[in-house]
Amino acid sequence: MTTADVRQVLKKFEYQKYASFIALVVLFVLSAFLSPFFLRPGNLVNIMSQVSYTGMISLGMALVIITGGIDLSVGSLVAFDSLIGVMFMNWFLKSTNHEVGAVLLGIACTLVVGSATGFLNGVTITRGKLAPFIVTLGTMAVFRSLALFIGNAGEIQSQSSIYGSFGLATILFLPVPVWAMLFLALVLDMVLNRTRYGRYLCAVGSNTRVAIFSAINVDRVKAIAYTITGLLVGISSVLLTSRFNAVSTSNTGMGYELDAIAAVIIGGTPMTGGRGTIWGTIIGAIILGIINNMLNMLGVSAYLQGTVKGLVIIGAVYIQRQRA
Amino acid sequence: MSDVLLATKDISKDFSSVYVLNDINVEVIRGEILGIIGENGAGKSTLMKILSGVYTPTSGEIRFEGEPVEIREPMDAKKLGISLIPQEFNLIRELTVYDNVFLGSELRQKNGLLDKKAMMARTQELLGELNVDIRPDERIENLSTAQKQMVEICKAVSVNAKLLIMDEPTTVLTQFEIDILFRLMRRLRDQGSTLIYISHKLKEVKAICDRVIILRDGNIISTEKIDDISVIEMAQRMVGRELNQVFPAKHTPEDMVVLEVENLTVPGVIENISFKLRRGEILGLAGLVGAGRTEVAETILGVRKAETGRILRNGKEVTIARPADAVANGISYLSEDRQGSGILTSFSVVKNTSLVSLGSYCKYIFKVILRQKERDSADEHTRQFNIKTQSLDTRLEFLSGGNQQKVSLAKSIDPKPVVLIADEPTRGVDVSAKQEIYRLINKLASEGLACIFISSEQEEIIGMCHRVIVMKQGRAMGTLEGKSITEEEIMYLATGIREGVA
Repeated sequence: MTTADVRQVLKKFEYQKYASFIALVVLFVLSAFLSPFFLRPGNLVNIMSQVSYTGMISLGMALVIITGGIDLSVGSLVAFDSLIGVMFMNWFLKSTNHEVGAVLLGIACTLVVGSATGFLNGVTITRGKLAPFIVTLGTMAVFRSLALFIGNAGEIQSQSSIYGSFGLATILFLPVPVWAMLFLALVLDMVLNRTRYGRYLCAVGSNTRVAIFSAINVDRVKAIAYTITGLLVGISSVLLTSRFNAVSTSNTGMGYELDAIAAVIIGGTPMTGGRGTIWGTIIGAIILGIINNMLNMLGVSAYLQGTVKGLVIIGAVYIQRQRA
Repeated sequence: MSDVLLATKDISKDFSSVYVLNDINVEVIRGEILGIIGENGAGKSTLMKILSGVYTPTSGEIRFEGEPVEIREPMDAKKLGISLIPQEFNLIRELTVYDNVFLGSELRQKNGLLDKKAMMARTQELLGELNVDIRPDERIENLSTAQKQMVEICKAVSVNAKLLIMDEPTTVLTQFEIDILFRLMRRLRDQGSTLIYISHKLKEVKAICDRVIILRDGNIISTEKIDDISVIEMAQRMVGRELNQVFPAKHTPEDMVVLEVENLTVPGVIENISFKLRRGEILGLAGLVGAGRTEVAETILGVRKAETGRILRNGKEVTIARPADAVANGISYLSEDRQGSGILTSFSVVKNTSLVSLGSYCKYIFKVILRQKERDSADEHTRQFNIKTQSLDTRLEFLSGGNQQKVSLAKSIDPKPVVLIADEPTRGVDVSAKQEIYRLINKLASEGLACIFISSEQEEIIGMCHRVIVMKQGRAMGTLEGKSITEEEIMYLATGIREGVA
């Protein structure tokens, strides 16, 4: 093969599709050289479980971003959903003394509250014809404030003796939250690429007017995307509160919106919408996790980690723009 | 010997080897109002865009005040003193009148800050000269359409324009506002400015212009003093070509009425539109740009809300609040704005053709797409419509306009509609693609499809339609049928020279 041929092949190669994966491989190799502890299975599993909570939220965020929107409220909603769920569970346990029932209803309550708040975001955006950024900026403030108010700005412990068990459980070497994230990614990847709804998501984000003229109910498509995000926030909340067996109204979910959006962007979904990738988003989340992990192991101040994260996001968007 | 301000010598322009202007020689005389008329696509706007630096000609020369000049970009034209007032206003809504007038050439104080007082005073002066009553510090968004136009003119005059080009300035104005505009134009002329007035409203051209140039298919057909030509002669020369395109033979529509529209009214947009459409019939909606034809389509589709009126399908009244309802009732739309509301350029051929009818390619409660079924259908359309594409997975941005249009048509008829509203179905496509689109629509009609055919091109209206409703300013001016569908009749009705039986 001549150099010209090589160039031709390189030109045809779909960087766009594999850029985030290549970045992950490079980062992985680099990390393995930089720290002897990096490749230990315990460390790798640790990275995965750390990213799983924001990772599953970022899957919903990907759907929202594909429609051309954004959801800034996910972090506050984690705190709100968790709080309501745990309080409901404690109340039910106190009044009935039924352990299993309390846990199941507590989980159900968290998921319902999550979906409902997501739906509320979606309906406000579509019915009110408001910018997603504005609406979710508002609900971000509202739900954090409500959580702080209801929980007296403190920590609420779960009274259940079994609730804290599954959040830390391991199935086939991987913690439950990691399995949950991978399973959700599998499902949502199918939804995005194989179903009518997924096709509609891309159509709405690509050109809303064309979507309307193509007999697509644009408002419904958008509202469902926010509702799915709300449900995923609920699932993440359940796993988080189970892990700590408590919820801190001031700390839980803090900054999750940044990580979730960053994972989507680094994964290769453009902010302008119209297309996107679920597995890319997972890769984006893992990249963020590895960066955090390495900075910790290299002894970089925790306060500086935000700087690195911010620069990586800007860099990822810059590379995307070059490709387009 | 008259004083020639601007002259073009053998100006030609082609877009990817399709000629839109052919050896155009125009002389613009200082101090005149020159009318340029022609059908859509005759080349009027292209010529003006060349003079104002938006396009550069493929060949030819422009002389301004006797000197050969090169106008490569709008700034060059501005420096020469040529100002174009475009059809779409170029004003920033959130800014004030004086901000807009001085946009890009702001006056500044010595310390570098904006000299708002001076700009306001100068704007006031200009507005005074034009005899227009607008406050210089009013925001554009608070102005009426006519007032915005006055600001555009003010902006053009502020740079001491020697030549003012107005592209269809009256499309959006009421008669009262048109009178104001005409007075203003005459005053500008009497003050020594030269104006070019582009329009296809012939009565207005007759009223305001000193001379008129008639363009057709990129050629100058004639140049006349306005007193030497009647409005009817202008209309005939504008359209007067032979019907040289081959249209498929018309077949006879069936008797069954599939769509009935009664007294459809959207205030200020369309007024009292009623018609019946039979199975297999092709009903034309003719008229000039802005006559309200697309708006009729949008109202039937539920994109615009009708204040009064009913829509009946097979004799039963239906409620259509959005395009999804229209599709559910067997009404499909082929958009005039291909990239704006017709196709998704970032989607592949397959994904576009199935977009409206995606539900029929899905199974299970989760609506999983049956990809092979979807592909087979797209493949069939591609063969039937002779769509030239590398593969079915090629994104539409890589297809030519004609092929994009065919995909758009395939998308519209994939749900197997009973009624197809085809809005400018051949806009921006070449002759061979045009003929294929005619053939396809005709074939579908012969199989029972009822079609509302909206077009600005008279000859395709005549070649394709069984009946034609001619519209002007949102109203039906008359209905032509069979042999009475002629270019002259359509033009008379569309320009309001004659009112027919609606």
